[in-house]
Amino acid sequence: MLAYIIRRVAQSALVLLIVGLAAFSMFRFVGDPIDNMLGQERTAADIERLREQLGLDQSFPVQYFKFLEGAVQGNFGVSYRQGRPVADILMERAPATLELAAVSGVLAILLGIAFGVFTAIRRDGFVANFIMSASLIGVSLPTFLIGILLIYVFSVELGWLPSFGRGETVQIGSWSTGFLTATGLKALVLPSITLGLYQMTLIMRLVRSEMLEVLRQDYIRFARARGLRDRTVNFRHALKNTMVPVITVIGLQLGAIIAFAIITETVFQWPGVGLLFINAVQFVDIPVMAAYLMLISVMFVGINLIVDMLYFFIDPRLRVDRSGGH
Amino acid sequence: MSDVVLSIRGLSVEIPTRAGVVRPVDGVSYDIRAGEILGIVGESGAGKSMAGNAVIGLLTPPARIAAGEIWLNGNRIDQLKGDAMRRLRGKQIGMVFQDPLTSLNPLLSIGDQLTETMLTHLPISRAEAEKRAVAALEEVGIPGAAERIGSYPHEFSGGMRQRVVIALALCAEPSLIIADEPTTALDVSVQAQIIALLKRLCRDRGTAVMLITHDMGVIAEAADRVAVMYAGRLAELGDVRDVLTRPQHPYTDGLMASTPLASQGKARLHQIEGAMPRLTNIPQGCPFHPRCSYAQDKCRAAPAPEITGGHAACWFPLIAEKVS
Amino acid sequence: MSDMTQKIPQKSRVRLFLDSDIFYAFKRSPVAVASTIVVSILILSALFAPLIAPTNPFDPASLNLMNGFTGPMAPNAFTGETFLLGTDDQGRDVFSTILYGMRVSLFVGVAAVLFAMVLGITLGLISGYVGGWTETIIMRTADVQLTFPSILVAMLIFGVAKGFTPVEYRDQMAIWVLIVAIGLSDWVQFARVVRGATLVEKRKEYVEAARLIGRTPFAIMLRHILPNVLSPVLVIATISLALAIIAEATLSFLGVGAPPTQPSLGTLIRIGQGFLFSGEWWILLFPAVTLLALALSVNLLGDWLRDALNPRLR
Repeated sequence: MLAYIIRRVAQSALVLLIVGLAAFSMFRFVGDPIDNMLGQERTAADIERLREQLGLDQSFPVQYFKFLEGAVQGNFGVSYRQGRPVADILMERAPATLELAAVSGVLAILLGIAFGVFTAIRRDGFVANFIMSASLIGVSLPTFLIGILLIYVFSVELGWLPSFGRGETVQIGSWSTGFLTATGLKALVLPSITLGLYQMTLIMRLVRSEMLEVLRQDYIRFARARGLRDRTVNFRHALKNTMVPVITVIGLQLGAIIAFAIITETVFQWPGVGLLFINAVQFVDIPVMAAYLMLISVMFVGINLIVDMLYFFIDPRLRVDRSGGH
Repeated sequence: MSDVVLSIRGLSVEIPTRAGVVRPVDGVSYDIRAGEILGIVGESGAGKSMAGNAVIGLLTPPARIAAGEIWLNGNRIDQLKGDAMRRLRGKQIGMVFQDPLTSLNPLLSIGDQLTETMLTHLPISRAEAEKRAVAALEEVGIPGAAERIGSYPHEFSGGMRQRVVIALALCAEPSLIIADEPTTALDVSVQAQIIALLKRLCRDRGTAVMLITHDMGVIAEAADRVAVMYAGRLAELGDVRDVLTRPQHPYTDGLMASTPLASQGKARLHQIEGAMPRLTNIPQGCPFHPRCSYAQDKCRAAPAPEITGGHAACWFPLIAEKVS
Repeated sequence: MSDMTQKIPQKSRVRLFLDSDIFYAFKRSPVAVASTIVVSILILSALFAPLIAPTNPFDPASLNLMNGFTGPMAPNAFTGETFLLGTDDQGRDVFSTILYGMRVSLFVGVAAVLFAMVLGITLGLISGYVGGWTETIIMRTADVQLTFPSILVAMLIFGVAKGFTPVEYRDQMAIWVLIVAIGLSDWVQFARVVRGATLVEKRKEYVEAARLIGRTPFAIMLRHILPNVLSPVLVIATISLALAIIAEATLSFLGVGAPPTQPSLGTLIRIGQGFLFSGEWWILLFPAVTLLALALSVNLLGDWLRDALNPRLR
């Protein structure tokens, strides 16, 4: 098991190095940093000094290494557009996105699994068919349309919930939270539904199809032939086997939620890193784009690592097979 | 050989398909007594397993029982629904599947699977169930049962897993076991052990066994009586010695001649010409007549007779012909 | 199947298709029939937009600012003109902008899927056939890319490409950048299916035989593998099309896609959102409904196709 974990950590590090290379290449080759940082009035001496200062006169691998060194210390340079260190801006914005993603993620996982199991067990039932049809609309409905629809109903027509922003936040150390105020919680409702709905339908449809697949297996027939109660067969036998493939996808979906937050944050003008990123893309603010990419990668890789560890608790076969190292 | 455990009367199973309703089981009747092993033999698609699934109430929809009656220990069970049928499964009817590699839930230890079955059907405590689980594993010959109770299915070989499956099927002491090709997926060297185990356990407990197989060797080894099925119908039914040595139905005769065991010494194995008809396309009259070298006009016109007197559902049973 | 075609050689291909299980299942599924009709209507009206649309919304000569904010089916207060679905702030006919917008959306979607398909099939074939380092690099890249949601990949590619494009060409190039960005974010599925099939075919003896008679096995495999992967590729392509249309709309909505001079449905929705609070609902609603109908019917079709070609799930 230890060998397996070490190998997975090494793989994760490799992925981060590759993404880092992509981020650095963006940094280095897209547009001219000198152009971006110096105004129209510049002298050859200014350019030369800045080249040296940025290390642009050194070889590519050396520059890459320096970039990584900076990245590990949280130093991604200065935003072209805002003129402030990227790391500071990200730190300021991260809590908004993480809180939104956490609420959406919990919503998506709990409801997704519950609905998925229900629609698989009551395969031909009326309610199950209705949920399945509705979910297809959910998958086809672009996230931003869901957001607009919710704003129209709950903000414009009913006026119950705010249509933009985070409400009041409370500062705890460097973390600003919206969980502790009434307006903060109210402001979370629509964005978290918007963000979680798509992931919920995906999880639900996956749980359903995996569950149907598992329900066809011999060991389920054998469990029924032994006269076990439906509840036991469905939950103890089927659901547990369903979770092995489902957990992988849930891990991916959690990562996706952080990325999809870009859309939700734009619709609701939610002051998180996603909104920051989309503005950076619009204005080709490369340092912000590169930093965002690295930040997201670290989260994805971290989540995937945790998911892989979870397998060991669910599937006894892995405890033997994989630790052997093949 | 007295009390009848399972009695099937005129059982038919139907499946509606695009090409019309097919009958994979058509008017089958037989009894199984306590402690008796009835072998059900036939080619794949002859309806052997379907009849077994009908008895235990696990037909996969849209397949359904269309006609006939199933009696278990004097109670009619073919009309039982939902929970009432579930209570019978495991408790009164045990089932052993073909492939032990896929019959056991890979994520639960075999001890868990045994205790959950017992706790479902028997009024005993968890501690008692755990004690009985060890005993059950010992009984089916798992070495070191007490230590292996917490092991997972993947830690056992195929033969050992089939022993676990048998322990699971028997752990609530059912009066009938349906064994659907219990040895087909196993190594030849293990097959005989499993058959011997099944035979011993059922003799000891007086359990009735429906042994479904396509293997005449297994039938000869284990069964007391044998039912030969062809195209969803019963072709021949009788004591295993009679049927195997003096088959009366031309199909059984052909089947025996094409089995290596029965035709030892012959240079070439016999082949029955043609193939079993598709269920959508069963011939008029006796379903076997297109392949039967003894077929006469009557066989083409009228359905094969009920089994009476002799043991074959045939207008011109072989013995009679040889006698006359 | 094959023995059937031998027995009845007189049946034409059309006849065979009409008798096939797929067509039978199709006729039996009202959802499939309905979505096919909706998709066909939408595609045709996008294709013939210049003929159907009452005005060309991108011809400045035909615009009259006085017509701005006319409600649907209601005559304008100043000019007395009526518009089926109303007009936007600049007096453009919403119905016409939708028709032209759908053209952009469908063009980007179809082109992106074709690009992804060609790229995925080629890379899948190469990695399956060549193996070794080539395969490792291609499939590892695919794995890493798959870790990230494709919309994010598309945004990054869009942003980087934008950085490379000189400012004055950015609007003109936006559509093509969009196609490449969405296409590049979506090739992995195709590559995986084709690689799997290639690995299976490679082991078969006819490839060895082809090599012996001196034909390039690569060419022969192409001929044998493509028919084998046709149905999964078709399913992936249909579902990808729905995803690509949504991805394009999303990017355009976020302001990193089709430019205002060449608006797609997503751009129109972005514009319409601005009028959500001021009461001009039609500028937002009609493009949104059109996008929904397009995405939903393509998705339903893909979903049905997947189930129909994979009988296990029925």
